[in-house]
Amino acid sequence: MSFKIASSPHGHSQHSTSSMMRWVCYALVPGVLIQSYFFGFGVWFQIVLAVITALLAESACIIARDRPAMSALRDNTALVTAILLAISIPPLAPWWIIVIGTLFAIVVVKHVYGGMGQNLFNPAMAGYVLLLVSFPVQMTNWLPPSTIGEHSLTLWQTLHTILFEYTPAGYSVEQLRAGIDGVTMATPLDAIKTGLTQGFTLTEIYDKPQFSFLAGAGWQWVNLGFLIGGLLLIQQRIISWHIPVGVIAGLCVPAFFAYLFAPDLMAGPIVHALSGATMLGAFFIATDPVSAATSNRGRVVFGLLIGLLVFIIRSWGGYPDGVAFAVLLANMCVPIIDRYTRPTVYGHGERK
Amino acid sequence: MSHSDNNTIYVSSNVSGHFPGGIHPPERKAPACNNSIRSLPLPDELILPVRQHIGPSGNLLVEPGQRVDKGQQLTEASLSLGLPLHAPTSGIIHAIEERPTAHASGLPELAIVIKPDGEDRWGNKHTIPDYREVEVSRLLELIQQAGIAGLGGAGFPTAQKLAQQKPLRHLIINGVECEPYIAADDGLMQAYADDIVAGVKILQYITHCDSVLFAIENNKPKAIDAILAAIGDDSQIALKVVPTKYPSGGEKQLIELLTGEQVPSGKLPMDIGFLMQNVGTAYAVKRAIIHGEPLLERVVTMTGDAIAKKRNVWALLGTPIEHLLKESGFTAQTKQRVIMGGPMMGFTLPSIEVPVIKTTNCVLAPTEEELPAPGPELACIRCGACADACPATLQPQQLQLLAKAKDYDALDEQNLFDCIECGACAYVCPSEIPLVHYYRKAKAEIRNIAREKAKAEHARQRFEARQERLEREKQERLERHRKAAEARKKTQAEKAETPSSDSKEKPESGGKSAAVAAAIARAKAKKAAQAQKADEENSSAKGNES
Repeated sequence: MSFKIASSPHGHSQHSTSSMMRWVCYALVPGVLIQSYFFGFGVWFQIVLAVITALLAESACIIARDRPAMSALRDNTALVTAILLAISIPPLAPWWIIVIGTLFAIVVVKHVYGGMGQNLFNPAMAGYVLLLVSFPVQMTNWLPPSTIGEHSLTLWQTLHTILFEYTPAGYSVEQLRAGIDGVTMATPLDAIKTGLTQGFTLTEIYDKPQFSFLAGAGWQWVNLGFLIGGLLLIQQRIISWHIPVGVIAGLCVPAFFAYLFAPDLMAGPIVHALSGATMLGAFFIATDPVSAATSNRGRVVFGLLIGLLVFIIRSWGGYPDGVAFAVLLANMCVPIIDRYTRPTVYGHGERK
Repeated sequence: MSHSDNNTIYVSSNVSGHFPGGIHPPERKAPACNNSIRSLPLPDELILPVRQHIGPSGNLLVEPGQRVDKGQQLTEASLSLGLPLHAPTSGIIHAIEERPTAHASGLPELAIVIKPDGEDRWGNKHTIPDYREVEVSRLLELIQQAGIAGLGGAGFPTAQKLAQQKPLRHLIINGVECEPYIAADDGLMQAYADDIVAGVKILQYITHCDSVLFAIENNKPKAIDAILAAIGDDSQIALKVVPTKYPSGGEKQLIELLTGEQVPSGKLPMDIGFLMQNVGTAYAVKRAIIHGEPLLERVVTMTGDAIAKKRNVWALLGTPIEHLLKESGFTAQTKQRVIMGGPMMGFTLPSIEVPVIKTTNCVLAPTEEELPAPGPELACIRCGACADACPATLQPQQLQLLAKAKDYDALDEQNLFDCIECGACAYVCPSEIPLVHYYRKAKAEIRNIAREKAKAEHARQRFEARQERLEREKQERLERHRKAAEARKKTQAEKAETPSSDSKEKPESGGKSAAVAAAIARAKAKKAAQAQKADEENSSAKGNES
């Protein structure tokens, strides 16, 4: 009989890092399904490309750093990073976009800083921002949702476009973006931004086909899909409610008041909440534990900050969406947020 | 939940406070708490480590070969913090030697080994039917002499705790027993509720406290009913049914749960008017005072899937765990762990030859499927699950990073020493980081550093004192020399002033001797001059060499 010496506690709850990450992947399913319904099969190709790149890059880094490869690969964190980045970029973006972005996210943002748990920034969002500032054209080529778009591509046409940047028939993505009226279709947030600079009021802009009864056509359903997935994560206790609620409140409360004061110039809270990457950002990206604040109070502050930054960037900044920038900026603030939101330790508070 | 078994209704929770964090691990108490407490056949030998509590051990009163009666005192407490030991049954002192003991380190300690004679013959018992006629100080003495240490966890000598008299607001009786698997207190409360309440009343008499909060977790309905019945219409004892959550039974957590107050860091519950005693301790106090029986046995939960007969047993102190396992149908598995205590705070035994001691409440022999050994430690992903689970509102993920970085100042600033090592953080950690292990190590290192620092400080003070002494002695010596020189000068001056009187006394011999002395002085001066010259030559030669 051999006696194994072990440190207490001798039990463990069921959640492991890899199962948590797996749950994140499951929770993305509704959003991704809706996204592929509205924006085509491209998103699946992007996910496959990103996952392959991420796993190869992760393995290479781990081997280069002389770490046990299997346990690191099995933790599924690279998988989550890859999928998040893949669903953030336009589905028809050329293949090298996602490969570069994923390589940057895994190699530079994650492993150069010391691997899992050590990265200061959200790898997927850092990768996204790198791509956005380096390849603005490819990164903003979103097709209009299938319900209003002129073209819908088959599986083969999609693959061809991603690989060669043209459909088999020779259309560029730019040409595919034309709507029924022959005008290039911008994403809803883009349309708001451009329309306002051209002197239109929001009411006029909302008449465009990109918008439907809640927010942007297609986009609102994608956002609702990620909202459902996010609620599943909260229900499974994979994430706590503090960050998503913070993000949504930080975005929607200022948007609500801005809308009250200038309804013709400021998008309302519902448009903000259900367009762009709001829900994906609130539930799946801002909640990345490694680069987020750790205490519950800190998480609320962190979320509010992201929401507020998104509101500011969307309203007055140079970019239509801004979730990625907001998350990265908030990542930078995490040490100070953590410092000032640390809860009082038992026995160190004021006597009641 | 409401019961009407004995016309008493209680709700699932009637506590006014709340403590943060906590976890809900599977309870797994049912197999053990559903049976009555069994007595076991006597083991072949009883191993009684002389030190079973906080503080120094007592002096031996027996020697090998001596026959002892049940209850006979084996050691005498030497200092105020020590406790005496007693023979758990009659027999012969077989040996007094080093034996492996129930401690995580497994280091052998001095133990008295008794071979039972099977008669279980009591010596004299000093019973007190009515403790109210006895002075409190005498009762404290009796509790001390009965060798009673807190039976909940740390094993602090009970009389010591009771003697620290400060005005009490509440006497808290801890029957929470929040660790999974353990059902020793539950079993005791079910079977001996009247004795426990009688013990509580003795504690009340000793502490002059008119408010008792008796706390039990709501997963022990039978114990709750039994204690309710035993309390009857005593208005001074309030039963507090607390929600099931680990670690509600921690002293600080229970105080916060029952009263909403926190014990300030570095202070004792006593400092804010609370005194906590475990139900087992109350029972032992009753046995000691009213029946005159010292602490000889305790309830131990035998549990875990490697054990066929999961149940509570009465185990004599000193019973080898091996004996308990054998009597309980234990089958060792591969990679078998035997844990003393529960899965959250217990420690794995280095061998099953170690004995039951006063704080042994559970022997847990799990199978690998039941409590899988921890997987490989992954990197911390700062998910904060540990912080959410921490009942002391610490930041375990930060402490872990700082402990690995050996940043002791920052650990202190983040209040590492307020960690109660309950294990809730490590239980929830998805990366399976053995957090408590890191904290224990860091605490030990910090204590070591403090010890080394104190030692170094002591050495420095000693060195400085020595330097000071040497300097003082030097100054004194110089002062003495100076004084002596002055005195010489003075006497010489006096001599010089009075040559006439001298010559008057010895006119002839005086002049002669003076001439001789002058000659000797000249010769000496010449010699000295020569020596000096030689010295100078030597030193200049050396100077040339260098």
